[in-house]
Amino acid sequence: MNPIYVRRRRKDIIVRGLCIGAAAFGVTWLALILMTLLYNGLAGLNLEIFVADTPPPGSTEGGLRNAIVGSIIMTVIGVGIGAPLGLFAGTYLAEYGRNDRLTSVIRFINDILLSAPSIIIGLFIYGAVVVPMRGFSAIAGALALAVIVIPVVLRTTEDMLLLVPNALREAASALGLPRSLVIKRIAYRAARSGLITGVLLATARVAGETAPLLFTALSNQFFSLGLNKTMANLPVTINNFVQSPYAYWKQLAWSGALLITITVLALNIGARILGAERTAK
Amino acid sequence: MAVESNVIDAAGPYDRAKALSAFKLGDLTFYWITRLSAISVLLILGGIIISLIVGAFPAMKEYGISFLWTQRWAPSADPPVLGALGPMYGTLVTSFIAMLIAIPVGLGIAIFLTELCPQWLRRPIGMAVELLAGIPSIIYGMWGFFVLGPFLANTFQPFMIKIFDGVPVLGAIFAGPPSYLSLFNAALILAIMVLPFITSISVDVFKTVPPVLKEAAYGVGCTTWEVVRSVVIPYTRVGIIGGVMLALGRALGETMAVTFIIGNSFRISSSIFAPGTTISAAIASEFAESDGLHQSGLILLGLLLFVLTFFVLAAARLMLLRLEKKAGK
Repeated sequence: MNPIYVRRRRKDIIVRGLCIGAAAFGVTWLALILMTLLYNGLAGLNLEIFVADTPPPGSTEGGLRNAIVGSIIMTVIGVGIGAPLGLFAGTYLAEYGRNDRLTSVIRFINDILLSAPSIIIGLFIYGAVVVPMRGFSAIAGALALAVIVIPVVLRTTEDMLLLVPNALREAASALGLPRSLVIKRIAYRAARSGLITGVLLATARVAGETAPLLFTALSNQFFSLGLNKTMANLPVTINNFVQSPYAYWKQLAWSGALLITITVLALNIGARILGAERTAK
Repeated sequence: MAVESNVIDAAGPYDRAKALSAFKLGDLTFYWITRLSAISVLLILGGIIISLIVGAFPAMKEYGISFLWTQRWAPSADPPVLGALGPMYGTLVTSFIAMLIAIPVGLGIAIFLTELCPQWLRRPIGMAVELLAGIPSIIYGMWGFFVLGPFLANTFQPFMIKIFDGVPVLGAIFAGPPSYLSLFNAALILAIMVLPFITSISVDVFKTVPPVLKEAAYGVGCTTWEVVRSVVIPYTRVGIIGGVMLALGRALGETMAVTFIIGNSFRISSSIFAPGTTISAAIASEFAESDGLHQSGLILLGLLLFVLTFFVLAAARLMLLRLEKKAGK
């Protein structure tokens, strides 16, 4: 056989092999991390995790109830503030300001905020909320999460609304529907699953965020519901427990990590299934 | 489809004027709600910049420009001596090594997914890689600390140290002793974390290559690798660079995973197996207990990081925009 042909073929096979190796490499990490989490986390996963509060140092009883509740509260408030803002802002970009100069500036800035380091968001909220309020608070943590939610929801909202065919809007306008109702009753409805996907993805993104909570909500060891004080939350609790010398704290940290990861991955998969349904139609 | 009853009621013959003015008001309100929400994005960016500058001002006044090349970090000295060189060095080195690993692997996965993979395997593998991006960074940190760190310190690091022992330059880069906490461990975790960004953007831009171009190349007898190298990659170069910059932006600012495994040492060492620190790790581990000038110095570090990532991400977006325009034509 022609030696040039043999050489080209050999090169091709090597590169193909490397590409397959790369894919295996990527999938292996996911499998390894999940296996470690299951192995270490399942052992401590029982009902007590959900009904007992975080234990004092050295104790061998207790759970993560306060941290779980705190995380849920802050995530809900964060998404509750951030999602509507992102949704409305995305609506403006896709519906009103399609050919606006302002739109391209906002889109550009938003894309940067989307990838901005979350620790910087924490510093921002520290300066803007914690210092004026003279103390760490759950509301500061929730606001930090909201700042992370806005760009995610904005981006998906704009993308999804741009997918809605203009003929639908024109038909509605032709019937005499005012612009705001065209958006609310027609465009939102047509893009509904996409909009929900965006909110789910944003929730998944903030549910495991640790860095912006480190010096906004801080954390504590007891059950509290006051928004103007520090509030226990899962990520920071894990962060504190996992580096401690107490075996039981470490065990709790692994179980908490397993809980967070399952939640986040479930949200991610749910969002993807919803999104896939839409494109398949 | 249910037409809302109030629309019908409002359009009744008797209060037409009233209904129209209600519509007008509703329109105007909705318009301004959305417009103000959109503007809030700009306010957030402005707020971030202002609050960082205000917070960093005392440190800027105290240390001036020499903050950038002072290596000593002694917050408890009187007055505190603070310099950004250590964290900046760590940030750049870890991100650089991470990109060195993540770019070829990420592109390899993208090529596999678009050119080689059988259709039925495409979704599961694509999903697995995307899920890597979904895992919270603190989980990466724990995993790196308890699993990857000990593994590397017992196998990979001694191996590399032995191989390069006595070799000039490389011997200093791969110098011992092996450590659970090191720049290299942090870089490897970062590489795994940014892999999905490179892969998913590359897959997206690979899909913009017109099939007829690839078919023509296959038609004249090119192998898969030749098609990728001579058609796909040149066609999508700008997009790939955009994706890589985006991943770099992520790597520079990644916090929790790095904080766990980098060892928090402000000393600069030539060895990548030695502990170090990054800007974000320094802030995460010291900020809550800091005050006064120390805190201001940490905020100044944050400002540096923000400026750095801002430019990297802005460059990434501009490149991706250029490609979008090209694809739109």
